[in-house]
Amino acid sequence: MNIWLVMLFGGLITFGMRFSFIYLFGKLHVSETLRKALHYVPPAVLSAIIFPEIFLRDRQLDLSLDNQRLLAGLVAVIVAYLTKNTLITILAGMLALLLLQVLL
Amino acid sequence: MSEQTKNFWAGVRAELPLLIGVFPFGMIYGALALNAGLDKLASQMMSSIVFAGSSQFVTTQLVHEAAPGFVIILTIAVVNLRHMLYSASLAPYLASLSTRWKVLLSYLLTDEAYAPSIVKYERDGVTPQAHWFLFGAGLALWTNWQISTALGIFLGTAIPESWSLDFALPLTFIAMVVPVLKNRPAIAAAVSAGVVALVAYSLPFRLGLILAALVGIAVGTFLEGRKSSEETL
Repeated sequence: MNIWLVMLFGGLITFGMRFSFIYLFGKLHVSETLRKALHYVPPAVLSAIIFPEIFLRDRQLDLSLDNQRLLAGLVAVIVAYLTKNTLITILAGMLALLLLQVLL
Repeated sequence: MSEQTKNFWAGVRAELPLLIGVFPFGMIYGALALNAGLDKLASQMMSSIVFAGSSQFVTTQLVHEAAPGFVIILTIAVVNLRHMLYSASLAPYLASLSTRWKVLLSYLLTDEAYAPSIVKYERDGVTPQAHWFLFGAGLALWTNWQISTALGIFLGTAIPESWSLDFALPLTFIAMVVPVLKNRPAIAAAVSAGVVALVAYSLPFRLGLILAALVGIAVGTFLEGRKSSEETL
């Protein structure tokens, strides 16, 4: 199949999924439980993205002190908890990773 | 400054740290797409027609392997399934907008635009101009993705991996998720989703991510339900 057609259909389907609930909401009845459930999308999705990034190294679970991204990630979690500041958290995490790379 | 402008730039600002992390990915995508045999125009246009990073990476891989078109389309659909979750999660906050706005914001809805916007909306609620925040975040990411793709196509991957710029991405998500963890159900949702994401990481098409998210949502909702039924007893 022509690559342009593949991109077109792939793009349309992707858009359709992004548009789906934004469009349907208000047109459908949404139960109270579902409304509640939606509030757990952010913590669930964000953690599901974060965990593999810091706990896995070469697709393997690495809980050792050699896992620099895990240590730097933990620094970021603590700084985020204390400061609630995005920029400071990112700087602290990047700095921690840099130091670990230089020192270890 | 009008409410619209204020919200727009607040969205752009919230997106900035994510741009640092996304930029190298855009360049890598551009370089890989050329490598896989796509021409320059198609490589660039995929970033605006599909506009979804991980599915674009998978597509270049499949094009390289000369997979049939319908397989590639199906793969794009499965890899991008998680956007339905984002759509459902943002829907209540965008309900009053015109269809034109809904179309535009849906087109711009990515992981990186979703995260800062939903965190803001859940924290502050929405004002009549709040959708400009999502628009600012989404447009900033879109522009960044087009430029980084172009640079990848014309320069290759010029950013050394040792700079670890990609790490800015999980760090930004950490900065966003930690303040959301205000009660036990939210923490349980996050931890259970994270653990399932690790266990299910080897599933293809990023299905591990969807599974993890659904488990986390279920755990959080269940615990909240139990808590409120205890309170009524």
